[in-house]
Amino acid sequence: MKYMHLIWAALFRRKTRTFFTLASILAAFLLFGMLDATRAAFSSGDSVIGVDRLITASRYSIIQSLPVSLTTRIQAIPGVKAVGTANWFGGIYQDPKNFVLSFAVSDNYLDIYHEIDLPADQRKVFEATRTGAIVGEALAKRFGWKIGDKVPLQSTIFPQRSGDKTWPFDIVGIYKPAPGAANGTDQQFFFHHKYFEDANAFRSVGTTVGWYAVQLTSADKADSVAKAIDALSANSDHETKTQTEQAFNASFAKQLGDIGLIVSAIMGAVFFTLILLTGNTMAQAVRERTSELAVLKTIGFSSRSVLGMVLAEGILLLMLGGVLGLALAGIVVPIVAKGSGGMLNLPPIGAQTWLTGLALMVAIGALVGALPARRAIRLNIVDALAGR
Amino acid sequence: MNRIKKLGFGLLTLLLVAAFLGVWIALPWQGIVALGLAFTAWMAFSRRGRQTWQVTRVGLATVVQRLGSSSVVVVGIAGVVGVLVAMLAMSDGFAETLRATGNDRTAIVLRGGSQAELNSILDRDSANVVMQAPGVKKDAKGRPIASGELVVVANLTRKATPDTDANVPIRGVGADVWALRDQVRIVAGRTFQPGLRELIVGKGARAQFAGLDIGKSIRLAGQAWTVVGEFTSGDALESELWSDAESVASAYRRGSSVQSVTVMLASPQAFPAFQAALAADPRLKVDVSTTQAYFSKQSEGLTKVLRAVGITVGLIMAIGAIFGALNTMFAAVQARAREIATLRAIGFRGLPVVVSVMLETMLLALLGGLVGAGVVWLVFNGYTASTLGSNFSQVVFRFHVSGALLWTGIKWALAIGFIGGLFPALRAARVPVTTALREL
Repeated sequence: MKYMHLIWAALFRRKTRTFFTLASILAAFLLFGMLDATRAAFSSGDSVIGVDRLITASRYSIIQSLPVSLTTRIQAIPGVKAVGTANWFGGIYQDPKNFVLSFAVSDNYLDIYHEIDLPADQRKVFEATRTGAIVGEALAKRFGWKIGDKVPLQSTIFPQRSGDKTWPFDIVGIYKPAPGAANGTDQQFFFHHKYFEDANAFRSVGTTVGWYAVQLTSADKADSVAKAIDALSANSDHETKTQTEQAFNASFAKQLGDIGLIVSAIMGAVFFTLILLTGNTMAQAVRERTSELAVLKTIGFSSRSVLGMVLAEGILLLMLGGVLGLALAGIVVPIVAKGSGGMLNLPPIGAQTWLTGLALMVAIGALVGALPARRAIRLNIVDALAGR
Repeated sequence: MNRIKKLGFGLLTLLLVAAFLGVWIALPWQGIVALGLAFTAWMAFSRRGRQTWQVTRVGLATVVQRLGSSSVVVVGIAGVVGVLVAMLAMSDGFAETLRATGNDRTAIVLRGGSQAELNSILDRDSANVVMQAPGVKKDAKGRPIASGELVVVANLTRKATPDTDANVPIRGVGADVWALRDQVRIVAGRTFQPGLRELIVGKGARAQFAGLDIGKSIRLAGQAWTVVGEFTSGDALESELWSDAESVASAYRRGSSVQSVTVMLASPQAFPAFQAALAADPRLKVDVSTTQAYFSKQSEGLTKVLRAVGITVGLIMAIGAIFGALNTMFAAVQARAREIATLRAIGFRGLPVVVSVMLETMLLALLGGLVGAGVVWLVFNGYTASTLGSNFSQVVFRFHVSGALLWTGIKWALAIGFIGGLFPALRAARVPVTTALREL
């Protein structure tokens, strides 16, 4: 640290070049931040909070519903704590662009999904209101909904008995996602399965559900319980596939498939290229200063201090640009997410991204510093001073 | 006074850059070729031009000595162009696949407000009303050419990632489908026989998903179905599996309802009449669109997102690359400061120096652009990928690296080269000769 002023002076020896290099690094880490946000968006199933839950859906496809009669049979399996149900509603608010992730859920759903943090008084009102709905914070903010608002949602699938496709709802609660909840938890809309069933033009929804959410007494029973559930309906016309919630969510994300992978691969390549270029510039900067380094050694700096200074210079450069870049990504990512109109649900830059980013900055800084640093310690003072 | 002059000069340069970028973006390829020819002529026939050429030659001769830093420009720009072209090729490929699926000779009818076939349902009576509407083309026996269709979704395994399921669309089609979709050809095996639980598979689906070879059987709704043939169509239908509508309806207990009705129009001009007739019919509440409009609309969202991501990433990278190029060219000018000063001392004017530095940067940029676009073309043209479409099922599509995209890439490369070269070039020409000569 006592050489900080020397390192600083060396870094800004040529202001223009350092500024340009910083700008390149900034661009690279801005991209890194965006890449990491995309990666997080495509792997939304990583939440630790749902480890004790299984999802039972139709083996053939998610659009096929399951008989409601399975509820009691699943409940009877040892290791099952609770069974909830959910139906996809396919809601749209006012304009087809405003897609709302909306579900008709059983009464015990909120007990199973304890990460949905709804104040107790709001929960009471929700249970007492037939047309009541609870929405996530972020969703409420997106459309400016408040408790007490009447909100019409249009279903892309289910008309009401009257033939009207618009369903009125009363917003009775706004929940926060508990820490550790999956990305996007605060974007959802829940309402009573009873209302969905009573008002639906399709009578069959009374006897069927979209999928089951099964809570286990302990997470390590997942395999045996899943097998037991699937055995209940083996060889029937509604065979089921039971998997952990993580696997279920991940399979959704993977449906988008190649696109996420390709975008990540491309951004990764970009990052690599930009870093390579920075390394080159850095090497050039040290090469130019060969005689200066020789002077340092002549007046008594040890090889180790010179090595340390060159390495520190690389790390400092990377940190300056990288921190600025990640900070900028923190501003840009929400703008991009907003601009895509809900199509890209990018989470904000979190602590995890910052930690990975900082580790990368140090590692890359040391790496780009290492080659020139090695040159610097091997320097033959006489040759260097003579400019050979 | 000096400061004002400097400021004025800075502003002028910025204006120049902005003007160049504006013109550059707007210019069609003919314009740029003409510009290139005019420039070559100037270099060959005017005195200044020939001087420029001499200075450039000296510069180019030393590029090899500065291989490391010159490759920074080339690699950086190749990266920008590669990313941009790859992302746009993905977005174009997806849009083209869906656009090619529809045409203006056929129309598709869905339940009102349903947006995609998966959410739609029409009972048999409504479907019949639609088929009998005016504007629908009749065959030799006087029956309308129309197909009432069902789309269901099956879970199949993706070949590339065997541990994950993909939603693959299965379409139950009416008997008239061969007349309606004349682009569909059976390329292997035979077509399905109605009522026998047989399937034919699209070429794209067969390539992407496991277990779809002819003779194999897959389970749908608890029953075994046999794959009997493979078809091509060159559009999004290739992502699907087909069987007859009645078999699919009975397997999935849909009774006699269908999800959509596709009809052949008597002529493209008959569409408004057809649409108006259905809108006026009190028995129906349906959405009517030409298949062209329907499928094009489905690609809109994703295409937009991909384009936006591509251009955003491209811009950020371009900024990084511009700074990389600036660094390199400033260093190059620095290294040649004496040489340039000597040239100016013996009577070369500023212009040849400026132009030669610019030319060198732009040649490096062009090389980078060619490398980037070329690599993407080699690797990605025709590359098959799939993603979730609006029917909640997989759409298989191909990357399309078109000539226009390659051209866009080259244009970006040259623009980056222009900005990256301009400032170092101006500096080279403006440093006082005496200062430069003294510099080591």
